[in-house]
Amino acid sequence: MREIAVVAYSQSPCVADAGATNEVELIMPQLQAVYSQLGLASAQDVDFVCSGSCDYLQGAAFAFVAGVDALGAVPPIKESHVEMDAAWALYEAILKIRMGHADSALIYGFGKSSPGELPIVLSQRLDPYYLAPLWLDTVSLAALQARLLLDQDLVSERDMAAVVARSRRNAMDNPLAQLAGEFSIEELLAEEHFVAPLRRADCCPVSDGAAAMVIATVEQARAWGAPYARITGIDQRIENHNPCLRDLTDSVSTRQAAAAAGVHRGPVDVAEIYAPFSHQEILLTRALGLDDSTLVNPGGGVLAGNLMMASGLSRVGEVFRRIVDGKAGRGVAHATSGPCLQHNLVAVLEGA
Amino acid sequence: MSEPLADVTGIKAPVYLKYRFTAGSAPARFLCRLKEGVLTGQRCPRCSNVYIPPRGSCPACGVPTEDEVVLSDKGTIQSFTIVSIPIPGNPIQPPYVVANIVPDGANISFIHLLSECVNEEVHIGQRVQALWKPAEEWGHAMDNIRYFRPLDEPDVPVERIGKLPVTGLEG
Repeated sequence: MREIAVVAYSQSPCVADAGATNEVELIMPQLQAVYSQLGLASAQDVDFVCSGSCDYLQGAAFAFVAGVDALGAVPPIKESHVEMDAAWALYEAILKIRMGHADSALIYGFGKSSPGELPIVLSQRLDPYYLAPLWLDTVSLAALQARLLLDQDLVSERDMAAVVARSRRNAMDNPLAQLAGEFSIEELLAEEHFVAPLRRADCCPVSDGAAAMVIATVEQARAWGAPYARITGIDQRIENHNPCLRDLTDSVSTRQAAAAAGVHRGPVDVAEIYAPFSHQEILLTRALGLDDSTLVNPGGGVLAGNLMMASGLSRVGEVFRRIVDGKAGRGVAHATSGPCLQHNLVAVLEGA
Repeated sequence: MSEPLADVTGIKAPVYLKYRFTAGSAPARFLCRLKEGVLTGQRCPRCSNVYIPPRGSCPACGVPTEDEVVLSDKGTIQSFTIVSIPIPGNPIQPPYVVANIVPDGANISFIHLLSECVNEEVHIGQRVQALWKPAEEWGHAMDNIRYFRPLDEPDVPVERIGKLPVTGLEG
């Protein structure tokens, strides 16, 4: 199988409201950043482009087509899109390269969630007959999941507050984070419940922004002369769309994806876990089989800023960055999609 | 024994989502000038094409367009269609003409109405000019222009449509 590497990555700051900026204006600075990391002129210099976004976020039909205006698609380029987090655009691009249809690919994800009420908007991902008409929002669903974990003594509210405290502290060194600061567990537990048993701090913020990445065969990466991290495993699994038919205290799909991606074949120095709610980070750390030897979400994770449709790609990008910076030799990136961690992707990255 | 239930073959599940939509930085600048009765485009720093309405990038080159250009309200018909079927919710009575019009100084067309014309005589390359509403009715919208109407000027050869300077065919 062809060996594939991440060669460039950039993410915008996570901001609560990007103001008047449209999708093209959000994407372009990130594309320019990854081009400049490699000395590329435009998307014409890669073989394939794949993006991830969801028009429901900003309420603009065909916003994903408008996003293509950022690419410079004359003469025509090979381009594709997933109505998902861009981590799945990365997955598609990897398949394309593995099949020999491309040697390099540009991947980007963007989300402008501020124009709508994100938890309500995301309720429309549920099945259209039984759950979506109830307007069952993402925070309420996550609260039900947290309640199950608490009732079965699998997690405590103190454990959840500890996750938040670590995220906020780690985010103090992350200039792209939206929420950062020094908070004690006691301070966090003193806050009132938002959607019980969740407190506001247990929930990721709503953020606007974009991320971009370039991947390539290791041969192409060497030709470009840029530092790179190899993607030595990647897998994605999905569970039943109805949360009532799943064990919400576990993430079977994450376990399966981690096994297939080969997480356990070596030490895991760093893990970037896409956990939009504090209890989910604990649940996912267990499902990934990680212990205290792994540094989890050293930049604060998505509790510090969550770019819907780009955060999954950013998890891979953050692991890449730590490996290239020499801070880790081998790392795991996780992305999720759907209510209560329905759909999960796990990637393993290793140094050159 | 209870009556057998009838099959449910459909349900109504209306979706209401509220958004605070924003046009984008470049379109917002365009709309603000439009409110003043001025058509503007943006020029690509790489290929020099002028786009209206500007979206903030040159889609051909993938680079930001910063250079704002004032355009003429005179233009050329690039293509058109005669609408003969009423469209629900549209107050305009058919038949009427919808045209892709390239304003002088721009390289891309936008869609607008054509009126005060003989529908059967409308043709590609025909010169037209905007008929604006009274200034006190102007808002952030293209219907500040009520419609375009024919100009008594020579036709633009097909190969020059979309390539005229802001001063028009003679300029």
